[in-house]
Amino acid sequence: MAEQLNSMLSLRGLTRRFGGLTAVNAIDLDLAKGELVSIIGPNGAGKTTLFNLVTGLDRPDAGTVHFEGQDITGLSPERLAAEGIARTFQLGRVFGNLSVMDNVLIGAHTRLRAVKPAVPVIGPLLELGLALLRPASVKAEEERLREEVKIILARFGERLLPRIDQPAYSLSYANRRRVEIARALALKPRLLLLDEPTAGMNPTETAEMQALVAELKAEGLTILLIEHKLEMVMRLSDRVIVMDEGKKIAEGSGEQVRSDPKVIEAYLGHGLSGSSEQESAA
Amino acid sequence: MSSWLDYTINGLIVGNVYALVAVGLALIFGVSRLINFAQGSIYLVGAYIGWVAVVQLHTPLPLTIIVVAVAAAIVGLIIERFGLRPLQNSVRIAPLLATIGISFVLDQLVMLTFSPNPRALPSQLPDVRFQVGGGTIGPLDLLIAGVGLTSALLLFVFLRYSKLGWAVRAASQDRDAAMQMGVDVNRVNQAVFGIAAALGGVSGMLVGMYYNQIDTAMSLQATLKGVVAEVVGGAGNVPGAVIGSLLLGLVESYGVAVFGTSYRNLFAFLLLVVVLVLRPNGLFASARQAPPEPLTGTFIAPSRPVRIPRWALAVAAAGFAVLPLFPVSFYVLQTLINAWLLGMLALSLTLVAGTIGQVSLGHAALLAIGAYTSALLSLTFNVPVGLAIIGGGLMCAALGTLLISPSFRLRGHYVSIATLAIGEIVSLVILNWESVTRGPIGISGIPPLSLFGTDLISPTSIYWFSFAVMVVLALLQGRLLTSHLGRSFRAIRDDDVAARAYGLSLNRYKSLAFIFGGFAAGISGGIAAHLYSYINHETFNTQQSILALTVVILGGLGNVVGAILGAVALVGLPEVFRIAAEYRILIYGIVLLLLVRFRPQGLLGTM
Ligand SMILES: Nc1ncnc2c1ncn2[C@@H]1O[C@H](COP(=O)(O)OP(=O)(O)OP(=O)(O)O)[C@@H](O)[C@H]1O
Ligand SMILES: [Mg+2]
Repeated sequence: MAEQLNSMLSLRGLTRRFGGLTAVNAIDLDLAKGELVSIIGPNGAGKTTLFNLVTGLDRPDAGTVHFEGQDITGLSPERLAAEGIARTFQLGRVFGNLSVMDNVLIGAHTRLRAVKPAVPVIGPLLELGLALLRPASVKAEEERLREEVKIILARFGERLLPRIDQPAYSLSYANRRRVEIARALALKPRLLLLDEPTAGMNPTETAEMQALVAELKAEGLTILLIEHKLEMVMRLSDRVIVMDEGKKIAEGSGEQVRSDPKVIEAYLGHGLSGSSEQESAA
Repeated sequence: MSSWLDYTINGLIVGNVYALVAVGLALIFGVSRLINFAQGSIYLVGAYIGWVAVVQLHTPLPLTIIVVAVAAAIVGLIIERFGLRPLQNSVRIAPLLATIGISFVLDQLVMLTFSPNPRALPSQLPDVRFQVGGGTIGPLDLLIAGVGLTSALLLFVFLRYSKLGWAVRAASQDRDAAMQMGVDVNRVNQAVFGIAAALGGVSGMLVGMYYNQIDTAMSLQATLKGVVAEVVGGAGNVPGAVIGSLLLGLVESYGVAVFGTSYRNLFAFLLLVVVLVLRPNGLFASARQAPPEPLTGTFIAPSRPVRIPRWALAVAAAGFAVLPLFPVSFYVLQTLINAWLLGMLALSLTLVAGTIGQVSLGHAALLAIGAYTSALLSLTFNVPVGLAIIGGGLMCAALGTLLISPSFRLRGHYVSIATLAIGEIVSLVILNWESVTRGPIGISGIPPLSLFGTDLISPTSIYWFSFAVMVVLALLQGRLLTSHLGRSFRAIRDDDVAARAYGLSLNRYKSLAFIFGGFAAGISGGIAAHLYSYINHETFNTQQSILALTVVILGGLGNVVGAILGAVALVGLPEVFRIAAEYRILIYGIVLLLLVRFRPQGLLGTM
């Protein structure tokens, strides 16, 4: 229990079954504030499903999720976003017809003052009224957020800024991944979940992404990272968790995990696989 | 007084007929994740081919059945080859719209060929009834049961033992995997469309014989009933579709026994809405499973909208505003008034279908709510007409949103089904709730439009009034789209999973879109009521919903200026070319099909 109080995120016995398949099997995990923990494991190990359970896009069959000491098991994704949990998606889910600016502004949605009143009926109607009337305070807030988006985009150098008004569907694959991360940062998250942020990127782009994640970590952000590129995992992680067939099979520092015979077997048994071929098929 | 056994037999027989439609829908959904809105039209075509065979060619019954099955199958193959195959790689909304367009074209062709008047379709069977327990059963009942069982058996043998049947099953389990294993998807699609059409056509013929009457209204009803049965059984689940059909037949039959005939359809659609909300995967599947709709992938075509400069819009608006000052005919003004009313409806639909991606097929119901509210407020409570119309808009915003809210949890094609059904429910409630709506008699003597105590009688004043209202609604909607709400709506349309992960509540924003859109539609309906001075439950029908959808696609989804341009074009051009009224709907259907195929982003592009 004491452990749970100190930790930002703690999972206990988290389980999700799909028919006969147990995609996530009794996972325990603790993440301290400011820590960066990586989850690795062969394809189909259950990593993404675990993210879905933490972010409310899927509900566990058993087990609990605590965030900053509060039980958040089974809460809706929109509630969890408001609590400060942001994530990116493995296959990239930008809003194709929205400009880069608008995509990232959606990230700041939970921070808008207009959406704050959670009173049923009246809250939404107020929001509609504010959107149509747009008093000075709403305009100012929107301006402030637009400036903030530009600062976030500047983190990606010249990759996104020149394309700020282009629709996301017209961006390169790597740039769409960047937009997703920018969108997540605009939420000002307390916990950031990154699902294979470098999938489909070349070595230069991967190095850039690694530098960015390192920067975020240095700024004190708590991060849960799924990544197949082991070199990056070794460099960045405070701790590594290895999953296979839904179970946690190893946990420890990069070095410990790398030499763990169970891990080697899991990877050899399934064939050591980067996910890039799977990405391009999808 | 008929016995319960009679109602049971009737329910099972009718259920059997539904099953022939629903099984086809399930086969098609299984392999292509598409709800074929043209299934009812094939059923209609089958009924009329049966009529030609029986009444004009005097074919014997077994030959009639074969003729109908083969002819309907050919129609199905044509639909697959020319209507849907070219769309295989387009966005998900395209095949949905295409089947709607095809359905319209087929229905209109039948109506133009055979006239809309009902015809008798004799069954060629002796009119005797056998005593069974406490009820009776006739030769036609036995025929329907026989056809149902034979088809089920043939289908089972086909799916289980033939190579093509194996391919169909493989494709419906995992289309991509099946393709990788060398299954020819085109052949599979041909097979399911051919089979579905043959079954649907025979079903239409049998129903015609059962009631000894066929008419063109059968089509939409059949699609709806088939879809209800299929969804109840679990989309894509063939045995489920059969059970769903029998269940639907029984529910309807017992419902009629207790409440009377005019409630028959109400039960079907309520059943649909309840199942969609509580068990979206059907009665036999776990509700925890993700719906069989792809989670990623774009629903609408990406495009860069055409930006029209503000001054150009202002000039155009000013031009239309001063038009009545010039010597234009009454006819031109009348046409444009119709365009402005349709424009308001299209503004509403382009927000709902285009901006937030909920392709509503029941939008005419919103007109009806606005029209009835405004008419009753002014007639019963003597509310001034101007206020009554606003009341109609507000009532429509509130009631419309409440009624449609069960569909907020659904996606893609399911939204269209649910809104179609909710639209039918509204129309049935209007028909049956006589104490308020005056039932089938309708409401007459609705006072004319008036503003601040002055009646607007002259075409010029009505023109200005409706144009001004539409412009105000368009400006408001434009302002909405540039706010954070516009961005949020579009984000939900593009990817509702990612939107939720960033804090956008689907219920909240879909409600807001329907509240705003419902208001515009309600105003349009309200104005129409005072213009027509008489309305009934059929004044606002599915044809108008589809017309509005065509306008919206023509203008560009979500595009405010496009919606108005589309309305002017679709109302105006047929007048310019003096196209006879009965061909117009046909042309709207063809326009929809051509747009989906060649310019899915519409004239001005998706916003
Ligand atoms: N909605 C679902 N329905 C049924 N099975 C699912 C569903 N989602 C995931 N699975 C299954 O659960 C298992 C774990 O999938 P998951 O996507 O979590 O793996 P992963 O570790 O993220 O793999 P990868 O490295 O390929 O991304 C897989 O076998 C997958 O097929
Ligand atoms: Mg994954």
